[in-house]
Amino acid sequence: MTLVIFAFVFWLAAWRMNVVLANSAASETRLVKLVVPVIFGFTILVVWELIVRGLNVPLVILPPPSIIAETFLDKLPILWKDFVQTFVKGALSGYLIGCTAAMALAILVERFDFLRRGLLPVGNFLAALPIIGTAPILVMWFGFDWHSKAAVVVVMVFFPMIINTVAGLSETTAMQRDLMKTYSADPWQGFIKLRLPAAMPFIFNGLKISTTLALIGAIVAEFFGSPTLGMGFRISASIGQLALDMVWAEIVVAAIAGSAFYGIVAIIEKGVTFWHPSQRG
Amino acid sequence: MTFVTNDGPVHALSDVNLTINKGDFVSFIGPSGCGKTTFLRALAALEEPTSGTIHVNGQTPDQARQKRAYGYVFQHAGLYPWRTISGNVKLPLEIMGYSKSEQLRRTDEVLRLVELEDFSKKYPWQLSGGMQQRASIARALAFDAELLFMDEPFGALDEIVRDHLNEQLLELWQRTNKTICFVTHSILEAVYLSTKIVVMSPRPGRITDVIESSLPVERPLEIRDSPEFIEIAQRVREGLRAGHGSE
Amino acid sequence: MRRSFFPIIVVIAGLLAIWYAAVVPMNIKMALTAAERSGITVTPVGAKERRDRSAMLLVVQNTFAIKETFALERPRLPAPHQVAAELWNSTVNKKITSKRSLVFHGWITLSSTLLGFAIGTGLGILLAIGIVYNRAMDMSVMPWAIASQTIPILAIAPMIIVVFNSVGLQGIFPKAIISAYLSFFPVVVGMVKGLRSPDQVHSDLLKTYNASSTEGFWKLRLPSSMPFLFASLKIGIAASLVGAIVGELPTGAVRGLGARLLSGSYYGQTIQIWSALLMAALLAAALVALIGLVQRLTLNRMGMS
Repeated sequence: MTLVIFAFVFWLAAWRMNVVLANSAASETRLVKLVVPVIFGFTILVVWELIVRGLNVPLVILPPPSIIAETFLDKLPILWKDFVQTFVKGALSGYLIGCTAAMALAILVERFDFLRRGLLPVGNFLAALPIIGTAPILVMWFGFDWHSKAAVVVVMVFFPMIINTVAGLSETTAMQRDLMKTYSADPWQGFIKLRLPAAMPFIFNGLKISTTLALIGAIVAEFFGSPTLGMGFRISASIGQLALDMVWAEIVVAAIAGSAFYGIVAIIEKGVTFWHPSQRG
Repeated sequence: MTFVTNDGPVHALSDVNLTINKGDFVSFIGPSGCGKTTFLRALAALEEPTSGTIHVNGQTPDQARQKRAYGYVFQHAGLYPWRTISGNVKLPLEIMGYSKSEQLRRTDEVLRLVELEDFSKKYPWQLSGGMQQRASIARALAFDAELLFMDEPFGALDEIVRDHLNEQLLELWQRTNKTICFVTHSILEAVYLSTKIVVMSPRPGRITDVIESSLPVERPLEIRDSPEFIEIAQRVREGLRAGHGSE
Repeated sequence: MRRSFFPIIVVIAGLLAIWYAAVVPMNIKMALTAAERSGITVTPVGAKERRDRSAMLLVVQNTFAIKETFALERPRLPAPHQVAAELWNSTVNKKITSKRSLVFHGWITLSSTLLGFAIGTGLGILLAIGIVYNRAMDMSVMPWAIASQTIPILAIAPMIIVVFNSVGLQGIFPKAIISAYLSFFPVVVGMVKGLRSPDQVHSDLLKTYNASSTEGFWKLRLPSSMPFLFASLKIGIAASLVGAIVGELPTGAVRGLGARLLSGSYYGQTIQIWSALLMAALLAAALVALIGLVQRLTLNRMGMS
């Protein structure tokens, strides 16, 4: 019980510290902007640990962070193999194939107004559907291994990617297009020098969204069938064995992978679209 | 030229007959909706006339466009934010296939002409509106075109900057000997810059007066207080009022 | 919209045509095996012979079997009319209370979706208001809200179900929690953006009227946030639906669209899978369209459309 009280006190103290920091003169500095959410996150972990231990919550309901960390370090080899199977083989390959295909089709669609007017509403419609439902079908067609997971990822990233790319390619103003006309530029020059750079902010928006979709697609697709390997497989198998600490360890891997993937794309975005108002802050 | 809009046909331009000679600086002045921008765009083959003919350098506007016979400056600089200033000036040169060394030479030359040589590595958003517009003019001068079409290029700038740019433009014109077609709202600007002033009026767009300017080629800003200047400005004003009154 | 009507029809017709055309090579091997079993001569003879042959070649060599590819019981790729027929069968032709009715299963999934969506959206809006008006909350929580969108939350859906089951909460509630969580963060991020969207000139005007914070909220921030809110609601409800479906997977649930997908895949009932998927798609489309309708009505009334 003392642990619970301590958790409460800790929460209050940390919150107080954050309030002080947020309202202080230094609140606009990068350091404080980093420290405050870190304190918040850390507090949640501490409170979690203390409450779970204080109330003696059974391990099969909610393990404390310390046990999760222990399992994580302990089972690192298995976690790594799962990561390679799901992320590298499934999610990453599907991401690359899906995004490339979507961008290629988008370039084609954007050239022909008729196609654009027909395909875009249909694409928007399809993007809102529960694409993950195609997983069982794709497992049936491509088998249990990572190929079907890659296929699910391709389908999942395809529509957001094509919508964003087409939107980006159409983003040029009439004036910019007129300028190209006065130079008597041929369509290819117009594409490379104007439409493609102008489309980059949109394309990267799609690429960032797709990173999350890729990981989700690969993991959830494994719920529908997988060899005895992979993050999704490990999660559902561990649930069956009530080994929730392993489940949480996999989630930690997924969280790290997801944010790292997104972060890398965001960094590339900053480099390519440095000129866009949203990047200039 | 007739446009069809949701509210019925709009006669943008009718009965326009005009001859422009090489080396002229022609201003088009008139209230909004008089068709001056439309006319300029028709010259540049950015619009198609529904009837009548236009000859640019003895060819149709589109042929002239394909031969890259003119440079166009829009109301807004329209610089590509992902290119530096020199990158932006190089844009037409790259498209038109000039060699790398030629590109460098011309870019340097033309940036010096508009006094932006120190800013060649900067990006458009780092420059003021006036400087961006100067870069846009430099871009239009970079390649060999005898014609320069300018659509209210200084309209978005404040008066002090505008005066300065007017002076620079005159100097540029004298040095490069191009034929310039210039659309503006401002009587002062039109009279100060041009050898010929075309006064237009709206609905339908037509020419009410063509004034051959008697001002000398060398024009310091003070000339705006001279009696000849004021006389020409009066004539322009009358032309504008006449066009307005006949609605 | 009207201008795009014709191209949309053409595109949809084109996609359907491609679908129909794909049925033939996808199902040819199965059709030929069935034909052989009923005594017809097939070129080449023997399923083993055919296994590694290209599908297109087999089609060309056995054109008589093309009709059969459209009528298999467990095809690799069901034809559109087969899916439509199954959909019709399991919705209109079945009693709503029957275990085979897609309306029944659809409702199970829909109820979790709606409950979760309501919870997630409600809490999300409250948190968004907290973030916009409290600086400490803004700086602590917002980075996590944004970061959480990069984490595949859906992966823990099975665990949530199991944990809730072991404390005695079953059925709709655990699934609703997943749905709530999936719609929560998009709504928070979107609503914060919306509440912060008014131009400086608008807030300055209110300051000159000496308006209080609360008045500023009701008269300026909340109305300005409507477009952003509706955009997030559309994302949120689609996510909630996916959450409810995935929530039905882990424990081998027997009710709901996710359960139908799962059992279809276990028993190789491909047409069942496709019709359940189509039902889920129709549900998603209807929900998003509904929100779109509310959006249009609301924004019209506010003069913001």
